[in-house]
Amino acid sequence: MSTPTIAEANRLFEEGLLDPVELLSEVLHRASLTEAELHAYLTIDHEGARRRAEAAAERLARGERRGPLDGIPIALKDNLCTKGVETTCASQILAGWVPPYDATAVARLQEAGAVLVGKTNLDEFAMGSSTENSAYGPTRNPWDTERVPGGSSGGSAAAVAVGSAVAALGSDTGGSIRQPAALCGVVGFKPTYGLVSRYGLVAFASSLDQIGPITRTVADAGMLFEVIAGHDPLDATSYPGQVPRWDAELDAGVGGVRIGLVRELSGDGIDPEVAEVCRRVLDLLSDQGAQVVEVSLPTVEVALSAYYLVAPAECSANLARFDGIRYGLRVPGDTVSETMGRTRAEGFGPEVTRRILLGTYALSAGYYDAFYLQAQRVRALVVQDFAEAYQKADVLVSPTSPTTAFPLGAKVADPLAMYMSDVCTIPSNLAGHPAISLPVGLDSAGLPIGLQIMAPALGETLLFRVAAEVERVAGFDARPRLAEGMP
Amino acid sequence: MTWEPVIGIEVHVELLTSSKMFCGCRVSFGDPPNTNVCPTCLGLPGSLPVPNRRAIEWLVKIGLALNCRINEWSVFHRKNYFYADLPKNYQISQYDHPVCVDGWLDVSGPDGAFRVGIERAHMEEDTGKSIHLGEGGRIHSATQTLLDFNRAGVPLVEIVSKPDIGTPPRARAFAQELREVILTLGVSDARLEEGSMRFDANVSLRRPGGPLGTKVEVKNMNSFRSLERALGYEIDRQRKLLEAGREVVQETRHWDEEAGVTQGMRTKEVSSDYRYFPDPDLVPIVVDTAWRERIAAELPELPAQRRARYLDQGVDPQTASVLSASEPDLRNLYDQAVEAGADPRTTALWVTGEITAALRRDEQLRLPAGGELAELLTLIEQGTVSASAAKEVLAGMLAGEGGAREVAERRNLIQISDSDALSEVVDTVLAENPDAVERYRAGEGKVLGFLVGQVMRATGGRADPRLVNRLLAERLG
Repeated sequence: MSTPTIAEANRLFEEGLLDPVELLSEVLHRASLTEAELHAYLTIDHEGARRRAEAAAERLARGERRGPLDGIPIALKDNLCTKGVETTCASQILAGWVPPYDATAVARLQEAGAVLVGKTNLDEFAMGSSTENSAYGPTRNPWDTERVPGGSSGGSAAAVAVGSAVAALGSDTGGSIRQPAALCGVVGFKPTYGLVSRYGLVAFASSLDQIGPITRTVADAGMLFEVIAGHDPLDATSYPGQVPRWDAELDAGVGGVRIGLVRELSGDGIDPEVAEVCRRVLDLLSDQGAQVVEVSLPTVEVALSAYYLVAPAECSANLARFDGIRYGLRVPGDTVSETMGRTRAEGFGPEVTRRILLGTYALSAGYYDAFYLQAQRVRALVVQDFAEAYQKADVLVSPTSPTTAFPLGAKVADPLAMYMSDVCTIPSNLAGHPAISLPVGLDSAGLPIGLQIMAPALGETLLFRVAAEVERVAGFDARPRLAEGMP
Repeated sequence: MTWEPVIGIEVHVELLTSSKMFCGCRVSFGDPPNTNVCPTCLGLPGSLPVPNRRAIEWLVKIGLALNCRINEWSVFHRKNYFYADLPKNYQISQYDHPVCVDGWLDVSGPDGAFRVGIERAHMEEDTGKSIHLGEGGRIHSATQTLLDFNRAGVPLVEIVSKPDIGTPPRARAFAQELREVILTLGVSDARLEEGSMRFDANVSLRRPGGPLGTKVEVKNMNSFRSLERALGYEIDRQRKLLEAGREVVQETRHWDEEAGVTQGMRTKEVSSDYRYFPDPDLVPIVVDTAWRERIAAELPELPAQRRARYLDQGVDPQTASVLSASEPDLRNLYDQAVEAGADPRTTALWVTGEITAALRRDEQLRLPAGGELAELLTLIEQGTVSASAAKEVLAGMLAGEGGAREVAERRNLIQISDSDALSEVVDTVLAENPDAVERYRAGEGKVLGFLVGQVMRATGGRADPRLVNRLLAERLG
């Protein structure tokens, strides 16, 4: 058998054809077959996973399942704090650090009975678009192991793609869930900012970070979202109102829905094959009664620049705590400040260092107005742009990534080219809006292409409705090379 | 030519809320190190701050008491600097949108009343404590430094005065008045020696009417006295520099209490760049009209109002100040006794005198109820107990022996005002002291005092001295 989706596993559980212990074995078996080549995981918690799977199996046997995630093996990006399980953020500076507490999203998964398999690889502190910035070595793309899986949640996307996890959590600051999902041929969803508590997510850029699911199907993403979303008193930016129902209109189709293709994200700078596949999907939606229109987000290009000021500025303060004094790596010096300096110089990789320096500079006296403040103004313009676009369309679409998976090392030496990978995904982070990426086809090299659907804040109901229809009409059922032909 | 000092005071007040500013840890002093800590106040990866609403309410209280405008909308900023006892290496503070701005405090100083402008009062979090081991207990000579994060994240209010203060005694009076306001609001224990209230001063000299001079920040003053002394020293130091034609360097100086001097810490060649920016983990603080008005309605009587009331009630200014600065229990005792009919002036003297002194000797003593104190004062007024016996009655009351009359009776302190009973004693004394009687009759008037003393002794001090005088005069006359 192949690793089932959450929905399939639930059916198999109910029919008595599978139990959580067997499912975990299957998932771990896949990990054992793929990890040497893939390196999706930094840690696999064999013992904890087995314990939870056994408990889930007992609940299943007693007819006391807690819900659709009970007994489902789920992987966690290694920037989510897990009590008793090492959490490194793929950085040397946190090597060996074991959190004394669970992130809220993790705790909610546990309460729902999920079986946490392990911690997945990422770009160090989630800074990157290829998972090559991991201090523990890159993750590879399961469709072509000479290529990157995208990032920064590359480990989570790769694990789900090959079935070494049924589903996973990632974090998305500028596209870090959606872009790797697109490059690995799976579904990645970034919820509205504030719907999922950030408590226990090691912060990269607090005003942009959002935890979300990476799954094989849209429905699986919805089920995960339902469990992890909801107000958390431990996060002051957590949304206190009602979480939108992801499945309220799931079967309603797209008849009459105005779908806006973002002009600036469909022409120049977008790989023609990617653009073509996305347009074809729009035609199919049009056939289903959707009204496809073209809309403009004039600020998307400056949005990228604004993002690369706001995010580094926030990260320069967020990462200041890694100083070798209380936890993590310590490289001793003669004085306290020398110890801090050496620890940080040795503990952080080049991309993290680059962003901390950028952010420190952007916040410095004399530069604050020209950089940080200006970036915040652009951010306000992006929000305004979206508001105008949503006058003409109910949801917006674009490719998730300008290209399909690129070769390892191709953009390492050129940070600007790497930053361009996020041009389609960044606007939603700046605006705090929900967006989902799902696989809609393959390019001529056999690499998956992701389509991104964006909706206004708290527009999850419509977003999932459209996504479900895209999933249906696109009929994407290809499997990566590494998942094929497995026993 | 003269130089005019310009002094501004920066005050940090630790709020005594039950939990810390951004997490649920207890605010408690003197606990074993690192016992009141959690992921948030330790700055562990992934932890997040959630503001303590009570602390913000208390800051608004302080702002209202200092006649500030309360901003309906204010922002938490991150103040970035690296220091081992600052867990996140940034402090959550406020920058250009503080909660309270533009207030003032009226102070009655040694040379009359004056007003000090309040620039702002804002909310921030305290740091942990570094304990330097090794010679001197200072960082430079430390062989090892221990960190205690119990204090990290304790709500801290920073109050900044305008540079309105002209002399060290006025600075001291302002500081004392401010402390009294804080204590009256009940938001902090405001102990200088323990650092729950800390004063820093900015001081510069200028020609009268001229532009401001270079300012120096003076830190580490742990008492009102050292605040006054440090400022006096610093003004003197700057004056000498200027008069010698030299320049004052902008810097932070440390007050050395023992040596009685300020010493340079580090030169501020450029002001530190804290790279303030709005904390993205927090949403703006909104103090709407309804909330502000509710807090205003709950404000207690402030020290200045209190002193004015005491004066109206007939208390002398000196006693009114002392009473106003007394512990709330003592002030309540005053109010209740006056309400029970006691004379305010006498009550105030007793409360700030005997009762305060007795409490200072023994903190365990039980304060009398207002009615009981009123009863004691009535006994004195009516001559039922003498003024000196009253102190003994009070001691009995404080020791829990009962009400004023009860104690006076039990301790046999009721004044003997019955002339029949006293006549017997007087006759006995006269009979036992024929010499004295003879000398008095021979014109030695001062002997009368001796005889009065003998009667007092024979009655154990309980005889009404006026009556004794009269009876003796009758017998000897």
